[in-house]
Amino acid sequence: MSDVQVIVNGHELRVPSGTIVAAAIALAGMTAYRHSVGGEARAPLCGMGICYECRVTINDQPHQLSCQTLCQDGMRVATT
Amino acid sequence: MGFDALIIGAGIVGAACACELAATGLRVGVIEGDTVGGGATAAGMGHIVVMDDGAAQLALTRYSQTLWDALMEGAPAGHEYTRCGTIWVAADDEELEAAQLKHSLYSAHGIAGELLDSRALYDLEPRLRPGLAGGLLVEGDSVVYPPRSAALLLDRALLNGATLLRQTVTRLVPGGAQTEDGTTVYGDAVVIATGSRARELAPELPIVPKKGHLAITDRYPGFVRHQLVELGYVKNAHATSGDSVAFNVQPRSTGQLLIGSSRQFDAPDAQIDQHILATMLRRAFEYLPELRRLACIRFWTGFRAATPDGLPLIGHHPELAGVWLATGHEGLGITTSLGTAKLLAAQLLRHAPAIPVEPYLPSRAFHGMADV
Repeated sequence: MSDVQVIVNGHELRVPSGTIVAAAIALAGMTAYRHSVGGEARAPLCGMGICYECRVTINDQPHQLSCQTLCQDGMRVATT
Repeated sequence: MGFDALIIGAGIVGAACACELAATGLRVGVIEGDTVGGGATAAGMGHIVVMDDGAAQLALTRYSQTLWDALMEGAPAGHEYTRCGTIWVAADDEELEAAQLKHSLYSAHGIAGELLDSRALYDLEPRLRPGLAGGLLVEGDSVVYPPRSAALLLDRALLNGATLLRQTVTRLVPGGAQTEDGTTVYGDAVVIATGSRARELAPELPIVPKKGHLAITDRYPGFVRHQLVELGYVKNAHATSGDSVAFNVQPRSTGQLLIGSSRQFDAPDAQIDQHILATMLRRAFEYLPELRRLACIRFWTGFRAATPDGLPLIGHHPELAGVWLATGHEGLGITTSLGTAKLLAAQLLRHAPAIPVEPYLPSRAFHGMADV
């Protein structure tokens, strides 16, 4: 399986093709995917696109579901 | 049970009236069987806006805005108040002329406004599509979260001794109102403040429900900074029949965006109308192309209480002794709720009102206007 390179919070990372963004973020060592209005850390919960807890910014587009998005070569991911 | 004033409905208009009347020392009762501020109050945008569709509308919205400004000097936090201003967006030279006329009129009434040429418009709102002619910035316009404002106004009334009755009124009876459990609550003055549902209690009222749709996005702070309204809005808002949409986008203090607006007559069903919703969103995308990329998290509808001449009914019911009206506010009920409360109180207590009440007296709508 070929690898793709993604950039998570500025760190370059090689992951197998077919990896979801949520997994890449975990592999990069991040535990907080975003923060709630009240300032609490949030991370994936349902893993199937329902709970919206895993939202991150992908290629400058905020509120993308990291559990439903496949990594693509050159993708820039930012937790918030 | 009896009150000096019995207010039916705890939307923003009823809550404002309760707040005003309780502060004068009257014994006030408010009857609401549903959520406080849960009807049209919760469905609207909460835009505190000066509008100039006629001298009477300008007088009431302007007067009401000064009352909101004064109220916000106290504790604005609970109201989610932001003074974002309005930009009336002119798409072409014809609309820019309309902006200039609006500017002159506002200036004559002491309302601060700034005409924007194309460059000034894009400096303020760079996400607007290219090719627009300019606009008018009205800095004094603001935004609240209406159900919170209604609750806070009602809290203030309760602190001043008002009573909230959690019941649903089924009909008016002489000197009061009957609730669904069959009891009668009495009021020397019975005030109908139930918005577009006023005809359930008084079928003779010249009020028709005007359905609207709104959408709200996830949080995108700074996407736009002002409430943006197309100048064509006035043409659409004017109409007394047919369906229409207009570009109207508002930044919330949460970073969310409210997207409107639609107007439909003869559409009593509260369901989302996919066709007009799509038309409304396409209109918004025309002005803000990047909106297409944002995530909407909820859509809903609501019903404005529209009168034939677009002005509210504030005052004595011309045919029913002891019954007073505070309804018919169409799309401006959040703005004009505070002015309505003052004008109603002035009439009830026989004080001199701050602005002339004649244009809003219900009697006008019972004299040949009902068929307009």
